[in-house]
Amino acid sequence: DDLYCKFSFVYGQDWVPTAGLEEGISQITSKSSVLPTTLVWNLPIDITFKSTNPFGWPQIVLSVYGPDFFGHDVVRGYGAVHVPFVPGRHKRTIAMFVPESTSRLQQLTSWFTGRRPEFTDPKVVAQGEGREVTRVRSQGFVTVCFNVMTKDLHKLGYDVGSAQGPGPQGFHSF
Amino acid sequence: MYWCEGGAVRSSVPRPSVPGRAHAQPRARALALRGCGPGAFPLPLPFPLPFPLPARPGRAEAAAAAFPFPQPPPFPSRRGRRRLRCRRAAAERSSTMSAARPGAAGAERELPPVPSTSRTSFAELSVRQRMRDKLKAARIKAEITLSQEDPSPQPRLLKGIRERKAGVRLDKTSDNDKFREMPEGESHLPSKVKFRDSVKKLKQKSTFQNDLPSEEEAYNFFTFNFDAVPEKIKVGARKKNGLNEEEEVGEECVETHEDEQEEDEMDEDVRLVKDDDLFIGQTDEDLLVMKPVDWESYTEQLKREKEFLFVPSMSAVPTSEKMPSNVQPRYLEDEGLYTGERPFVSQSNQNILENRILRQDQGKEWFGDDGKILALPNPIKQPPTRPPIFSLEEGIAPELETVYRKAIKMTSTNQYFVGPGDFQGLFQLDIDISGLIFTHHPCFSREHVLAAKLAQLYDQYLARKQKNLTKLLTDKLHALRSAVQYSIEGGGGDGVPVAQQSIPEYKMEIRQTRRLRDAEQEKDRTLLKTIIKVWKQIKSLRDFQRFTNTPMKLYLRKEEVDQKSDEKAYEAEIQAEIKELLEECMEEYEKKMEEYKTELQDWKSWKKAQKSKKKKKKKDTHVDEESEDYEFGEERVKPIPPKMASTLEIEQQVREKADNCRRKPGEPILVPELTLSGNVTPTEQCPRAEVVRREDVKKRSAFIKVLFNSKEVSRTVTRPISSDFRVHFGQIFNLQIINWPESLKLQIYETTGISSTTLLAEAFLPVPETAVLTGSAPLEEIEFSSDQRVMLDHEGVGSGVSFSFEADGSNKLTLMTSGKVSSSVSWAVGEKGIPLIPQVSQQSTGVPSTLKNIDAIASIGTSGLTDMKKLAKWAAEAKLDPNDPNNAALMQLIMITTSGEAHVPDFFRLEQLQQEFNFVSDEEFNRSKRFRLLQLRNQEVAEFRNYKQVPLHEREISEKIFQDYEKRMQERDVIDSKNYLDAHRAVVANYLQKVRESVINRFLIAKHHFVLSDLVNEEEIPSLGILGLGLFKLAEPKRPLRPRRKERKKVTAQNLSDGDIKLLVNIVRAYDIPVRKPVMSKLQQPSKSSRAFKEMFAASPSAQSSPNSPDWALNQVLVRPFVEVSFQRTVCRTTTAEGPSPCWNEELELPFKAPNGDYSTHSLQSVKDEVFINVFDEVLHDAVEDDRERGSGIHTHIERHWLGCVKIPFTTIYFQARIDGTFKVNIPPVLLGYSKEKNMGMERGYDSVRNLSEGSYITLFITIEPQLIPGESVREKFDSQEDEKLLQAAEKYEAECTSKFPSRQCLTTVIDLDGKTVFITRYIKPLNPPQELLDAVPDRSQTAAELVARYVALIPFLPDSVSFAGICDLWSTSDQFLYLLAGDEEEHAVLLCNYFLGMGKKAWLIIGNAIPEGPTAYVLTLEQSQYVIWNPSTGCFYGQYDTFCPLQNVYCLISSDNIWFNLQEYDSPGRINFDVSKPKHWKPFFSRSLPFPGLRSIQPEELTYEHSDKAAALELQSRIEKILKDKIMEWRPTRPTRWNRYCTSTLRSFLPLLEQNQGKDVEDDHQAELQKQLGDYRVSGFPIHMPYSEVRPLIEAVHSTRVHTIDVSNVEFALAVYVHAYPQNVLSVWIYVASLVQNR
Repeated sequence: DDLYCKFSFVYGQDWVPTAGLEEGISQITSKSSVLPTTLVWNLPIDITFKSTNPFGWPQIVLSVYGPDFFGHDVVRGYGAVHVPFVPGRHKRTIAMFVPESTSRLQQLTSWFTGRRPEFTDPKVVAQGEGREVTRVRSQGFVTVCFNVMTKDLHKLGYDVGSAQGPGPQGFHSF
Repeated sequence: MYWCEGGAVRSSVPRPSVPGRAHAQPRARALALRGCGPGAFPLPLPFPLPFPLPARPGRAEAAAAAFPFPQPPPFPSRRGRRRLRCRRAAAERSSTMSAARPGAAGAERELPPVPSTSRTSFAELSVRQRMRDKLKAARIKAEITLSQEDPSPQPRLLKGIRERKAGVRLDKTSDNDKFREMPEGESHLPSKVKFRDSVKKLKQKSTFQNDLPSEEEAYNFFTFNFDAVPEKIKVGARKKNGLNEEEEVGEECVETHEDEQEEDEMDEDVRLVKDDDLFIGQTDEDLLVMKPVDWESYTEQLKREKEFLFVPSMSAVPTSEKMPSNVQPRYLEDEGLYTGERPFVSQSNQNILENRILRQDQGKEWFGDDGKILALPNPIKQPPTRPPIFSLEEGIAPELETVYRKAIKMTSTNQYFVGPGDFQGLFQLDIDISGLIFTHHPCFSREHVLAAKLAQLYDQYLARKQKNLTKLLTDKLHALRSAVQYSIEGGGGDGVPVAQQSIPEYKMEIRQTRRLRDAEQEKDRTLLKTIIKVWKQIKSLRDFQRFTNTPMKLYLRKEEVDQKSDEKAYEAEIQAEIKELLEECMEEYEKKMEEYKTELQDWKSWKKAQKSKKKKKKKDTHVDEESEDYEFGEERVKPIPPKMASTLEIEQQVREKADNCRRKPGEPILVPELTLSGNVTPTEQCPRAEVVRREDVKKRSAFIKVLFNSKEVSRTVTRPISSDFRVHFGQIFNLQIINWPESLKLQIYETTGISSTTLLAEAFLPVPETAVLTGSAPLEEIEFSSDQRVMLDHEGVGSGVSFSFEADGSNKLTLMTSGKVSSSVSWAVGEKGIPLIPQVSQQSTGVPSTLKNIDAIASIGTSGLTDMKKLAKWAAEAKLDPNDPNNAALMQLIMITTSGEAHVPDFFRLEQLQQEFNFVSDEEFNRSKRFRLLQLRNQEVAEFRNYKQVPLHEREISEKIFQDYEKRMQERDVIDSKNYLDAHRAVVANYLQKVRESVINRFLIAKHHFVLSDLVNEEEIPSLGILGLGLFKLAEPKRPLRPRRKERKKVTAQNLSDGDIKLLVNIVRAYDIPVRKPVMSKLQQPSKSSRAFKEMFAASPSAQSSPNSPDWALNQVLVRPFVEVSFQRTVCRTTTAEGPSPCWNEELELPFKAPNGDYSTHSLQSVKDEVFINVFDEVLHDAVEDDRERGSGIHTHIERHWLGCVKIPFTTIYFQARIDGTFKVNIPPVLLGYSKEKNMGMERGYDSVRNLSEGSYITLFITIEPQLIPGESVREKFDSQEDEKLLQAAEKYEAECTSKFPSRQCLTTVIDLDGKTVFITRYIKPLNPPQELLDAVPDRSQTAAELVARYVALIPFLPDSVSFAGICDLWSTSDQFLYLLAGDEEEHAVLLCNYFLGMGKKAWLIIGNAIPEGPTAYVLTLEQSQYVIWNPSTGCFYGQYDTFCPLQNVYCLISSDNIWFNLQEYDSPGRINFDVSKPKHWKPFFSRSLPFPGLRSIQPEELTYEHSDKAAALELQSRIEKILKDKIMEWRPTRPTRWNRYCTSTLRSFLPLLEQNQGKDVEDDHQAELQKQLGDYRVSGFPIHMPYSEVRPLIEAVHSTRVHTIDVSNVEFALAVYVHAYPQNVLSVWIYVASLVQNR
């Protein structure tokens, strides 16, 4: 309960955000009292990218935080997903996970102190490098709804799908 | 009334208006409300009202009517009902139940008579009547109050009573749970005992009233204490509040109760009314009951559950219980009857079941006579309930059965084949394997061997018979004879010459044919004979062993012939033969006779000659003659005349021969017939050994593998070997092939038993001709044999083992396993009747197929196919057409062969799928600039590592991007001397660059190796110490008197950008800044004696200045210093302070910009920039040119004169995070116009301390904001050539030391330039310093040491992190260091230490911490029982107790044979003892337990030095001077820069002197000199001294002095450079810069 969510976009070197927030933080949401008891943020994010290379297609990285039993703010999950290539409306359910403690004792102490293992940088979940040394536990899901528009992709020889957006706007919302 | 939830709902009583006592109503209602406590009955149930009116009114009856308690609730809970029942049964056997059944009223059944039956029904009626009335009234009243809703003034007290009463009531009627409330409420009643009594009475009384409860009974429910349930549940607090009231009421109740018996009804009635009135007055709110949820304890629950739950015990039931009493169990088994075996059921389960059964009624029926549960002998159902899955093949579990799918050829895989582009489709080869016959097998018995022989012979016989050569030849013979006959006859008549000629030919032929026929006939006959013989052997063997193994039987069919004709033919034949032979003989005779005659003639002539000779010789020598003669006689024999062959003889011969090889006339023709119709003796009748053999045979089976191009493609089923050693397969394999078959092979395997499979033999199948198609191919028998040696222990003869048929063991025979496979290979025919044969023209799939066409095998033999050289030779000779696509594969092969290596192109590809991902061809890929850019960026090439936004189009990428990179690539080996001005240094720089690149590559690789801590932030487990400290911290004062700097949060240098990082420089204060000399316009001390004079007065300069006191006082401002910090060409300055010991305490903020905007750790590490902290003097000059203006304005020029500087490399700050301390200001030895004011301090004592170390000092604090996390060293395990033991010991030692003093660095092993771990002591070795230096000062060792230190310091300083872009601290050996002429502290320190050792001093290497370098290496020497600390990078030395020694902490001492770790409490040099012999203070690495193993030093034996090259130095000098002059002019773009040549030459003359004196002890006679020579000039200038590495630092240094910034219009400059060359090309550079302003 009382979770909030940080988002950031990870993209390659050839990508430049032209409008919108690259990183942000959501409001705190509470559990809904009626079934289904999901946490709803409904946080709209609006970002526009331009790029010269599809390599490093942007990904959204989400990290969810919330108070634990003792009221410490702890991380509740990390997750990342590529922004869909195909223009249109997409719904993505991201499986969230958190890094595991290295030992039982660590786990216990971290539970007590409320300082659970966290990624040094949430962006590591968007790349594969170094992930082999981590062990994670999955925790819940976040659903992200994307409304994607593309411009001139077809003109440049990239065929990503049927629709061709009229404008350069990429719009994402929870 | 309703049962309502939670007791919160009020309900009016839907009752018919019964006239009667209204006062009873509230109670009833209260009851109703109370009754439905929370959770008691969740469903609102209609209370069964109205209740019927009894026929006989009475007091008790009335009460009962008013309170319908006897009526049980319609659906009481089970528990409740049970308890209720119990309660009733215990309390009374009254007819309370009958109250619900009014119809049964009056019947006095089941109740024992009770004496007290005095109550009249009348009285009861009247009471009831009254009660009813009152009830009604009360109800009306209550309803009114209900509507009014007025709160009552004292609800709580009254409620308590009501509650209690209601509780009682409820308990009786419906819910037992309510009952629990009673005891507490009642316990306060003093008259509890009385109640009991009353109950007893009541009991007695009510017994006779059947249908209605008596009044007492009814009343009892209000008051009676059923304290049977000792519940301890607290009732609401409210109840307690009402305690007093309760007591009152209780007493009242008791009273009434008592009265009931003694007083009249009225009395009681009144009281009751009174009682009730209490309630009537209440508002309905009071009727609500608030109480906690009823709760039942677990134990209670268990207790209850126990009553109706049954847990069968697991203990065994005694048999007696299971049996009807007095019946003994009877065991059928004991009586000899068969009882089936029961399946296993665990005893405990059985016991449970038995116990359970026993609980039931008639449980015993379940047990049989033996005391066991009756059951079928085997209760398991025989047929399975699940439908069976039928398997096609036995023995394979259905789920494991494999499903055959036709092989699908992936077209995509085709591209990796060698072959042609056009794929023709599949070809098919049918291999039919019909069977296998063993001609010998180890398991053959003797009979089998014979039988096989017989069969073989018979086969031979059949074959011969089929050919029938004998007959053929006989016919021929006859034909020839007749022909001869004819020709002779005809010839006589016609005389045809041709025929005549041919007669001898015929005859010849006849002879030949006859001979052949005879041979054949003989063969036939012997074959027949052998067949018969073998058969006889078999028969005898069968007789002998008394059983038969083979079904073979030989029949000899006799063909009867006509005796006479046969004889005639025989005779005719013989005669003909005789005749022919005679003829032959005659011919021969004639021939021989002729020969004889000639021979005889010869002999005779010879004889004559001989005789004549003899005669002659007789005359000569008698003896010799004789012997000779004898000899001759011996030699020449007289020819014997040929004998005429007699006819008889010939006949004899012919007949003999005919007897031998020909059937006798009249003898029947024998035709052998071999049948398999014989009976094999059944196994039972065989002897043991034979049985074993037969069983062994049965165990054996065989299968055949088909190998195509020596790959197994299929195999036959395994079939058992039959008793006649035949195996029938009858399988046809269709091989779909792509390649031309190179070989077809069958492998025959034999399996014995289950496991062992042996390869018996291999048989090669010929690849069929293209004409051989399926259907037409005959079965061929391919023989095989194996050389296996098998010995068997039964009747089987084995193979490879000799055996014999004879009893005596003679005539041994050895047979090998052999047999025949009958099979056929043919090409399949496709659907359309097209044979699926690879066309000859398509056979380009492999070399052999190509060869087939041209038949290379024929020319070079098969072995040539593997020999590439031969093949190539052949190909060259055969003049293959290289353009023929058929030959492509071969040509390719030959190309490779002839090019040298005999490699067949292998088609192994590492990234075999790469091709599929290639979206452009490689050429295009390489041509594209964009792709190249992307590739380079991905490779993290320095220039492109952070390249953003690679352009989308090719045309947008300019060639320039690659220029730098390409240039670098090209110039990697080209030495650029432009920047270095010195060939050697250029080479070194190039070398360094290469080392650096390799280190960078290694670092980049290491950077991609992550450990957990890189990715996951995890709190460490707090240790006890940390916890303790944490607690201690809590007790700390909030604002300590001496605050310490807090650790700041560190920032990872990832997400930083320009401007984020700032360099904070806090300039606190300075000491001993040089002061201006009084302006000596008058040339006070022009003479040379000034030096002496100065020295003389140096002790008391105040004396010098005191005389001109007024003027002195005015010009008190000796110096106005300010500090300017320049970093990356950004300049910040403090305000101007005054005096030689100024205090600024100012914080300057300088922005930091990383190169290329790359803020990654390793980029920051290699920032070469230095922070220059320059101390200037601000000089004001009066600029008023006109005296008239003096009154109206102030015009001054501000000049700044450089006094000194401190240089701190950025990397030091970066790694140290902060630099805090007092630094020596690098002040040039000569400052024109300034003098070191040593005596301005008032206290002499203080000064004297300071004077020990001359120079100015500045206190600084430098840090980076935000604090950056310094990169970690490369986590790479370097390999080592050190002994493993030593390395382990080193690790242990380091661990021990670090555990004791975690802050002290312990160094045992370091990494050398090759990237190998080397033990540190190997670096220390006495080395010879340059001889030149020693020669310079031969006598004074102290001076020599200083000189050497200076020499070492002159080698440029270059931190490893800069040179190698990572914190891998590489240690180079001294010769490497001298060659590279660049290194950091370690290298300097090692070299200096080695020199000192070479000079015979006692020297150690100190590993410690110094400012500003941080962790560093110094050198310690012991000179005259005093320890001296040397700073190798500056050449300065300090005493152990020198306060200004930059070395702050000492961690380790290292000598050439040991390492000592500092175990002392303190580690600052002034406070420790350097005596390493004390193990308390210094922990040695090599000790007694681990003696020094005599590690060889890695340093060279001796250093050789290049002699200093004076000419090169001179050239360099002029070049530097020119560059610097250009630069100064460049820095002054707006103003003209004039050079004072005269001054320059003067300055130049000073410089060598400075070098000679090492910048010391040179007084400022320069000033005087200049003044003398230049006249009226205001000169400010200084020499800068630097070690030479390259030009850039020199320019920087000059720039930082800001000499060029002088704004005075008539300024002139002077610049002189002097380069002094030391051995090994170590250069010392002096730059003298001066500005001159002419005084007016």
